[in-house]
Order: sequence, then structure tokens, then C-alpha cells
Amino acid sequence: MSESASLPDPRSSGRDPLGDPSSVGARSLAVQQSEDFQRLRRSFLTFIVPITVLFLVWYLLYVILAGWTHEFFAIKVAGNITVGLLFGFGQVITTFVITMLYRWWADKRYDPHAEAIRAEMESGEILEDSARPAGGQEGELR
Amino acid sequence: MSHEINPVINMIVFGLFVAFTLFIVFRVSRQKASAAEFYAGSRSFSGPQNGIAISGDYLSAASFLGICGAIAMAGYDGFLYSIGFLVAWLVALLLVAELLRNTGKFTMADVLSFRLNQRPVRLAASLTTLAVCFFYLIAQMAGAGGLVALLLGLEGKLPTALTVVVVGVLMIVYVIVGGMKGTTWVQIIKAVLLVVGVAILAIMVMGRYGFNFSSVLDQAIAMSPDGEAILTPGLKYPNPVDFLSLGLALVLGTAGLPHVLMRFYTVPSGKEARRSVVWAIWIIGIFYVLTLILGYGAAALVGPEVLGDPATPGGENAAAPLLALALGGPVLMAVVSAIAFATILAVVAGLAITAATSFAHDIYASVIRGGEVPADDEVRIARWTVVAIGILAIVGGVVALGQNVAFLVALAFAVAASANLPTILFSLFWRRFNTGGALFSMIGGLAACLILIVLSPAVSGNEKAMFPGADFDLFPLSNPGIVSIPLGFLLGIVGTLVTKPAPEHDVKAAEMEVRAFTGAGAEKGSEH
Repeated sequence: MSESASLPDPRSSGRDPLGDPSSVGARSLAVQQSEDFQRLRRSFLTFIVPITVLFLVWYLLYVILAGWTHEFFAIKVAGNITVGLLFGFGQVITTFVITMLYRWWADKRYDPHAEAIRAEMESGEILEDSARPAGGQEGELR
Repeated sequence: MSHEINPVINMIVFGLFVAFTLFIVFRVSRQKASAAEFYAGSRSFSGPQNGIAISGDYLSAASFLGICGAIAMAGYDGFLYSIGFLVAWLVALLLVAELLRNTGKFTMADVLSFRLNQRPVRLAASLTTLAVCFFYLIAQMAGAGGLVALLLGLEGKLPTALTVVVVGVLMIVYVIVGGMKGTTWVQIIKAVLLVVGVAILAIMVMGRYGFNFSSVLDQAIAMSPDGEAILTPGLKYPNPVDFLSLGLALVLGTAGLPHVLMRFYTVPSGKEARRSVVWAIWIIGIFYVLTLILGYGAAALVGPEVLGDPATPGGENAAAPLLALALGGPVLMAVVSAIAFATILAVVAGLAITAATSFAHDIYASVIRGGEVPADDEVRIARWTVVAIGILAIVGGVVALGQNVAFLVALAFAVAASANLPTILFSLFWRRFNTGGALFSMIGGLAACLILIVLSPAVSGNEKAMFPGADFDLFPLSNPGIVSIPLGFLLGIVGTLVTKPAPEHDVKAAEMEVRAFTGAGAEKGSEH
């Protein structure tokens, strides 16, 4: 049981949305150790971690170039549009691109998978299922 | 100046905005609000609505007036600031928003106390939350309140102080009456006004120069005593290490700002939280590109000499309103000034409800009363906390009037990045993370920020400092981020390794992980 469950909020829905409170711990451990959940977590991290590293490095590169290479940033590309301004716009554009990419991936790839595991967890199916070979559910989703 | 500031028109437009928002707030309010209603607007806002409200909460007067002014005066360095404010949202989108929505109820501490020892963690999280809100509030009240007084043509200490009082009282009314629902609507209205207003100004600036941005820059260069230097970095931040430190705090602080985190609970699901951040990123990104046009436009049409003149009311911060005056006369200026006023009100209301929720929900209900609180009691306490915070903010704002408190916003970001973000990320992604790590990181990160800022050039040692007479600036940078953020993360690791995990650590960690990644058992929205 989580500690937050010892803090019931009588004003909210009333029923524990996680289902039978007595088996939450057992179900959580079963889900966490299931092949299916491991794959979900791995797919999340393999998508998120490289992108996060990428945009943070790209941003730091921008700040470092802006701080230490004024001459480079001052080069005019067209009219008064400098390399520095283009780098700034580049940051804006990569932010938009990553945002839409993530949204597409999360809606199309992540959500259906998470949804299925969530249903198993909330219904308690996971405890009955744990004998079944993992991955059986996956086929329907892809 | 071809036109004069007209305080009467300004006052009328201000009055219209206040009357309209008060009407909305009273419409959506309910006398007997439940906790989910008061703290989270019943989780009934859609992703797009919340995305607009997030931009309304996030785009403070510092973003609008401050960045326009900084670009008008120092050119490129003002733009650097906006890029940090924007890119930061990717951290919130990719790592925090949905997972936080899936595991929490109302506050950041809800997420942390899920699998950590509730009382100490709630207390520490509430401390950092209140610190961030307080710094941010004082900066908004003092800096912006003073500016509004000047735009209204009120001079002298007493009328300026009076404006701060009015801002504080309106904030209290919005939050007490409307709760999160009312606050959200104020933020939505303000965000729409702000973005539309900025877009119109930007189109007018571009229209003046045949829709050629390069020509805007030509004129800005001609008007600036620094000439072409305004196209490159370095005018405002001659020390690049200083900017690197600030940049880190900006990019990592946003996802730890408590008033931003709290907005994720106003939507019915993690998926809607994702949609709201996507909307917010588009609005915020477009807004900052437009402020680039406004900033250089103000340099071209108003000029750094006018803005730098001590006789100009508001000085650098008046760049956007004065640009409006130059483009469209006193009426347009009144509208832009009213938008600035709306910006301040929406931001302070968001901060006040966040601080009140943190106190009532984390400190009062959980720490003091041990979770045994009658249904209406917690919300009643939250409402009283709003009054207390309002009074504190008014007093703090009046005391800080005329002082250089701009560093407080950067400090708020540094605290959020050093004390909040490490604990949030560790508790979501690191199974072994425990109570010791959370306490080390939050308390240590907060303390490091405070100590370093007191020893920084922002507080003493030069004429621009808060205490120009004193001289204890032992730390050379004006933002502590570059030291305090790595320290916050490091303390989280060290604290975890040197302390023992609680007996049921693994089970709780499993439950939190499953909830965070799948949304199982997340608080649902309710209809009212």
C-alpha cells in the first residue's frame, strides 16, 4: 500500500480507481516484473533519453557558441540576418519538431501499449495472467 | 515623443479588464468547493484550454515587458533569454508532465510522498514550493506593480504602493472566489489578449518596414549607440559563464516550477496533460519569436536613447507600451498596458493558489493534522492561506519597491532546477531513490541557491546590487545554477546511498512506477 492511500480524500470519486486495495502491492510487483511492462518502460526510455540528451546538448552548444564565439554569431548570412539569429530560430524549430514527434509517437505507439497494461493492472487480470507467456497481448496492438 | 501617455484611457481599459475577469470568476465559482474543485478546477479543463492557461501562467511580465525591453536595449542577449524559456518546455513535455499527472493529486509533494516517507518529504517539498512562489511573487509585485503605476501616470511612492495593494487585493479575490477554475479562466483570457496583442504589434512593426525583418534591423542598428553589436550576443551578459549558469537554470527550472506543475492536475488524464504542453509550446514559441520583432521594433521606432533616459517612465520595461504608442497612439498603448496589467494579475493569481495549496494540502492537512482533516476544512484553510499570502506579497512588494529585484525571477528558476527537478526525476525514474535522497537534494539545493545568491553580485558589491553599500560578493556569478543544479542532483544520489530504504520500499516503488508509466489508478476528472 502506498502512503498516499492512507490519506483518503472523501471528496474525490470515493472508490479506489486502482481496484481492490488489498492486492495493489502484489499486482504492482507482478506488472512491474512482467515482460510486457519491461518492454513498455524500455520503449519509453529508448525514445526519450536520446532525444533529451540531444536537445540539451544542442541547447548547451547554442549557449556556449553565443557566449564564446561572438565573431561567428555576427557573420551576416542575408541582409542583417546573422548566424546567431539563425541559430536562435534553429532552437525554436527543433523544439517544435521534437514536440510534434513526441506527440505522434506517444499517441500512436506508447498509449495503446500503456492502455493495455493499465487495464490488466486495474482489473487484477495480471495476477491470473502471470503464468501465461508474456507478449500475448502485444500481437493485437501492433 | 509624438504622443503623450494618457492615464485616463489607460485607467478605463484596466477597469474594463478587471470588471470582465471578475465577472467570469464569480460566474464559475461555487461557494462550497471540494478540494479537487478548488485546487484543480475539478480536473475538467481540456488539453487545449489548459495549454492556453499554462502560457498565461508562464508568460509573466518579465517575459513580455522584460524581454522586449532587453532586446530593445541590448539586442541579441534578450533573445537568448527567450530561447532558454522555450527549450525548457521539452523537459516538461518529455520527462515530467504526464508521469506527474499519473501519480499525483494536487501538488508536487503528492508525487514524492507516494513512495517516500510522507511527513518530512511533504514538509521539504512545501518549503521549496513556498520559496519559489514567494520569490516570484515579490518580483512580480515590486517590478510590475511599480510599472503599472507609472503607466497610469501615478507618480511618487504612495500611489505606487497603492497599486501594489490593488494588485494584491485583486489576486486574493480571484483566488478565494474562483479557486483554480477562476484562476485558470483569468489565465486563459490573459493569454489570448497577450498573444493577440503581441501579434498585432508585430504585424504593425513589420508593415512599417515592408515586411522585411532585415529593414527593421537596419533601423534598429541606426538608432542604437552600439550599432551592429545589437545583432550579436554580449551586450547584456559580458561574462559568458554567467549566462551559461543562467541558461542552465532557465532550461532545467521550468519543469520544476510548482505553479507550472500544478496546472497538469487540472486536466482529466495524462494524455490531456501531454496535449496541454504541446499547445503551450506552440503558443510560447510563437510568442517569443514575436517578441523578437517587438524588441527590435522598439529599438527602431522608440530607440535605446529614449528607453535609457531616466526621465522615461518605466525605462527599459516600457519598451512594448512605448512601441504601441509610437505605432497606434494612446489607445493602442492603453490596450498594451492593460495587457501588461492582466499578465501580472494572472501570474500572481497562479502563484498564490499554488502556494496556498501547498500549505493547506501538504503542511496543514498532512504534516500538522496527519491526514485526519474533515472534508471542508482543508479548502477553508487554503482560502485563509491565500489571504495570508496576499498580505505577505503586498508587504514584500511594497518593501521591495524601487529596489533591484529582477534577480528574484532567475533565483526562482534556480531553486526550481536545483531543489525540485532532481527529486522529481529521481522519484520517477530511479527505483532505488529514497527519502534520504529527497531530503538531501531538496534542502541542499534550496540552501545552496540561497547562500550563493546572498554572496553574489546581485545582492552586494556594486551599484546595481540590492545593497550597493555592502560588499560581501564572494561568489562571482549572479545566478547560482551552474553550481547548485549539479549539487542538487549529486545530493540526491549521495543521500540515497548513505541512508537505508524504508521496509516496503520495493512494493511502493513498483506501484509508483506502474502508475506513472501506464496511468493506472490516476485521479479522474469529475463533471460539475
